[in-house]
Amino acid sequence: MTDSSTASLQLEARGIVLSYGDNVVLNELSLAVDTSQLTGLIGPNGAGKSTLFSVLSGFMKARAGEVFYLGRSFGRQPPEQRARQGLMRTFQVPREFRHLTVLENMLAAPWQQPGESLAALLLRRAHVRRVEAENTERAHEWLRFLRLDSVASTAAGQLSGGQKKLLELGRILMLQPRCVLLDEPYAGVNPVLIEQISERIRELHARGIGFVIVEHNLHALSRLVDRMLVMDRGRLLSEGSPEQVLADPLVQAAYMGA
Amino acid sequence: MEAYLLAIFITALVYVLLTLGLNFQYGFTGLINFGYVGFFALGAYASAICTARLGWPAWSGFLLGMVVPFFLAWPLGRIALRLRDDYLAIVTLGFSEVVRLVIINEKQLTNGGQGIAGVPKLFEFGGAGLGGDALLAAVLLLACTAVAWLVRCVVKSPYGRLIQAIRDDETALLALGKNPARFKTQVLMLGGAIAGLAGSFYAHYIGYVTPDQFLPIVTFQVWMAMIMGGVGRLRGAVAGAFLLLLVLEGSRAVRDLLPGLPEVAMSSIRLAVIGVALILFIRFRPQGLWGAPRD
Repeated sequence: MTDSSTASLQLEARGIVLSYGDNVVLNELSLAVDTSQLTGLIGPNGAGKSTLFSVLSGFMKARAGEVFYLGRSFGRQPPEQRARQGLMRTFQVPREFRHLTVLENMLAAPWQQPGESLAALLLRRAHVRRVEAENTERAHEWLRFLRLDSVASTAAGQLSGGQKKLLELGRILMLQPRCVLLDEPYAGVNPVLIEQISERIRELHARGIGFVIVEHNLHALSRLVDRMLVMDRGRLLSEGSPEQVLADPLVQAAYMGA
Repeated sequence: MEAYLLAIFITALVYVLLTLGLNFQYGFTGLINFGYVGFFALGAYASAICTARLGWPAWSGFLLGMVVPFFLAWPLGRIALRLRDDYLAIVTLGFSEVVRLVIINEKQLTNGGQGIAGVPKLFEFGGAGLGGDALLAAVLLLACTAVAWLVRCVVKSPYGRLIQAIRDDETALLALGKNPARFKTQVLMLGGAIAGLAGSFYAHYIGYVTPDQFLPIVTFQVWMAMIMGGVGRLRGAVAGAFLLLLVLEGSRAVRDLLPGLPEVAMSSIRLAVIGVALILFIRFRPQGLWGAPRD
């Protein structure tokens, strides 16, 4: 392994073991992601993809194994600390703040807001207003980018499934992420919007944001990503370019349930 | 009759304060506090002890009545917020019972089960007339307005946006790198101080405090006022508290319809009326009088 490849190996899982009772979900899983390449993560239902996301992002604790990010082990860091280092995730079922508007959802994201301190609300009102105005401007820019600006003042709970997925991504973009774990960005999304989402992801990747994408829509995913990882029964089954992976007889067998 | 109406009005305003505080905790932050009466009791006893036992001026009781529950909510928050929502409910319920048991047993300070009598009226003039109570009602109204205004300012600020995000989805907030624990603790503390303020007013109005005034039923009456008024609505807190008093006092009319009913049966009937009212509300108007926030 050369130095340059080590530098771009931003996210790595080594020997992850996780089980619910007798059911082994992740079975000494090891994989590495080079975030300079758009990466897809596929596998049949129950392969452990979403569980892996939860382990990487710190929402679940593995029984064994370690997660390395930017060359250092996360150890037992909780999810919010991992997110603070630029590794962020979305969820299979979107987790919007449903009673807040789309704009408020975006504005809830930034860290260290003076307006979120009661003392500053009392004593530094001008500062609070200025930061709020800056964040609002930035939020509107991202909402325009994601084509959500027309629903900015709609309650997030009333958005369509696809819009909620975009909003979740938008909230993350407010925080300048380094690497985003996207869980099924196309699920329940109409074909036109799928193409739009792919286009946004490409643009963001060009701006230097890494993506690992779990997705069941293999057709759309294979057109988007540079590299695919295939999981089956808690292990890494295959990896390579989308063409290589989809032609792999092992992968085909796994999908056929053999 | 004027005295009776004034009494109901003052009691309703005390419930308005309590409902505002609970709404801040549950309606806006999603914290399930089933021990709200504990903070109310701390405020009432702080005032009673300061004035009736120690002979200090009333303002010291009001100050301690807010400061004590404020700071006692802190360790409670630290312990409970490591747990999930429903555990907070159990821990707070336990907390309010611990407060009551300590009051019963700490006889030197609280005079135990007999309580403390002789808490002075806040305003006394015109002999036994209503002037003092009317002035108390006015001050209480002012306090309710001030608290409602403060809560409103907080809720409309970025801070309020964040606590509402906690209510809607705490996991999503963690995924964004934000830790809700500090905010939840602060909301518990501030809500506790509001309950304490209500307790101080209550002690000065009623004139005595005993542990029996602070049974868990009080917590659930405040919950009922909040649900009837509308969860997460400040105007709903006012409407709900007055409607609660209407139900509580209205159930007294049952006595006239069923003469010769023993007192024990009466109190059971009142509880039943409350239960039925709550069921009807949740069945036919779950969003409360003032509707749910934005959906």
